[in-house]
Amino acid sequence: MTRPLVEVRNLKMHFPVHAGILRRQVGAVKAVDGVSFDIVEGETLGLVGESGCGKSTCGRAVLRLYDITDGEIIVDGRAIGQESQMSLRTMRPTMQMVFQDPQASLNPRMTVGAIIGEPLSEHTRVSRAERIARVGELMDQVGLNRTFVNRYPHEFSGGQRQRIGIARALALNPKFIVCDEPIAALDVSIQAQVVNLLEELQDRLGLTYLFISHDLSMVRHIADRVAVMYLGKLVELAPRDALYDTPLHPYTEALLSAVPEPDPAKAGQKRDRIVLQGDVPSPANPPDGCNFSTRCPRVMEVCSRIDPEFREVQPGHWAACHLHDSIRPSGTTRRHTEATTMVEPNKESNP
Amino acid sequence: MPDGDTRNVLEVRGLRTVFETRRGEVHAVNSVSFEVKPGELLGVVGESGSGKSVTMMSLVGLLPSPPAEVREGKVLLDGEDLLQVTPARLRDIRGSDVGFIFQDPMTSLNPVFTVGFQIMEPVRRHMGLNKKQARARAIELLELVGIPGAAGRLSDYPHQFSGGMRQRVMIAIALACDPKVLIADEPTTALDVTIQAQILEIIEDLRSKLGMAIVWITHDLGVIAGIADRVAVMYGGQIVEHAEVFPLFNDPRHPYTRALLKTIPTVSGKRAAKLQVIEGQPPMLGAAPTACAFRDRCPLAFERCHAENPQRETVGPGHDVACFHPLAHTAKEGAA
Repeated sequence: MTRPLVEVRNLKMHFPVHAGILRRQVGAVKAVDGVSFDIVEGETLGLVGESGCGKSTCGRAVLRLYDITDGEIIVDGRAIGQESQMSLRTMRPTMQMVFQDPQASLNPRMTVGAIIGEPLSEHTRVSRAERIARVGELMDQVGLNRTFVNRYPHEFSGGQRQRIGIARALALNPKFIVCDEPIAALDVSIQAQVVNLLEELQDRLGLTYLFISHDLSMVRHIADRVAVMYLGKLVELAPRDALYDTPLHPYTEALLSAVPEPDPAKAGQKRDRIVLQGDVPSPANPPDGCNFSTRCPRVMEVCSRIDPEFREVQPGHWAACHLHDSIRPSGTTRRHTEATTMVEPNKESNP
Repeated sequence: MPDGDTRNVLEVRGLRTVFETRRGEVHAVNSVSFEVKPGELLGVVGESGSGKSVTMMSLVGLLPSPPAEVREGKVLLDGEDLLQVTPARLRDIRGSDVGFIFQDPMTSLNPVFTVGFQIMEPVRRHMGLNKKQARARAIELLELVGIPGAAGRLSDYPHQFSGGMRQRVMIAIALACDPKVLIADEPTTALDVTIQAQILEIIEDLRSKLGMAIVWITHDLGVIAGIADRVAVMYGGQIVEHAEVFPLFNDPRHPYTRALLKTIPTVSGKRAAKLQVIEGQPPMLGAAPTACAFRDRCPLAFERCHAENPQRETVGPGHDVACFHPLAHTAKEGAA
């Protein structure tokens, strides 16, 4: 197997909470709390979860847009976890980002040409003519008309603005792009256009994506492997088909069953869908044991005491759940007895 | 689905709404007609800018005028034309006979009043209850929408509720005076899928309990497939296709509906290698339509589409389409 382009080990991003007159630190919001994954060159890793689960923070932390609390990040063979922001600048051309809201991430006072060309003048020493040529080339690549180069962002529609953001991310020939909800602000018919563009560019330029989204059906379309996040932690990571066909974690199961299907016949059968009760707990004050234990329909006694380990349950299929403790590949079965003494799940759910 | 009762509680005929802006007119709603029966849920789907919200806000005069102006049409609520009544009468109807749920519960609740006050306000205004009765009614409503510890939460402010809970409060307010028609404008769009599933369940439950008519606006075809009895598809300020939910999803006849259904990926079933795309952009509505709004993006457009605006014509029982060459029946028809 090829060496992963991106390796993330035990990534933690805690934001301090200050209170009182002296602004003493009284706690921390554990937005990302010990996340590990690899992304192989040329693949798309989907990162899904509900709002507030820490998926965007995770994406930004991987690119070191934050100074991370703890953990290791290796991108293209270089450990960037603890490097200073100044020395990271030489690394920036390799890793880029496409943001969620194209309206907010484009400077309204800059022309499209200036926006797309800015990374070039910032990181390279190309001449003006070369830069203009490269901007034109990039606009062709993302399907924008070259004649619009002197227009301003407000003159474009949402889908076109997202293309500008993609062109800017491509300017320096990156290897790795974090796409943070790139289609969430777009209409359905426009979403498909942007997703197809991202896929085409990946084929043509050999890009590697971390695709962050809350839209499970779109992630199923674009991702090769999918990671599910809940309250700052990964609960499941698996190849796409394995995750959607045989989810191992009860949260993934509930999330998938909550997605409305655009087919009335299926919607009718889905009456036995799992409806999770309650809301996501606050990441400043996560529950003891498993983070999902407060809403889990298959919660057991052990769940509120011991945080389950994120481990490879089947080859390539990782999950953090006590339900799968009995199948320990390493041979230890010490939690086997606990796993069988299941607490009766909530009445509506039938696993 | 309610049969037998054929009376329409809400009937909209030929509604046209125009915005007068400095850059000229915008024809947001063009001759929209639809009707809802008691206990029925009509889904209205369309992309942003297709005129879904403006249509619904025109019904009860929620649009600021100017710039908005309802030029033509009839809005019959139990036979009474809401476009002809006095502003005072309209104020009585809003909040009592017609309830509204908006997309974003944070911006539609007032942050400086308690939730209890905001639920009691319409009850006292429209039903003439005193403070004590209104309080009892508010508790009853919060329990109805599944807020635990209802009595204790009346004195809480909106920011003390989570997104899903706020949307439940909005539903409680909309239901406060037993409306005949509930208009829900993208009520779950701002919510996460697991919370959306909770809200959908509540709505289903309330519909069977209270039997009001619901108009549900959304851009999410998945949501519509699960809850609607009938569906109207809007494009460019017009209803381009209208049918019961099974024929609409299994046998769409308008090229736009079919294309829209093909662009969305699903979480189960076959995974397409490449997503189908509707090329181009939705139209700008600078003038009253003189041609089909979808012509520039339609793979089947021919001369007549550029010269004339197609009207809705019946293609099957309860199924009508505004297209000069509605697509043929598909083989999948038996799936229903």
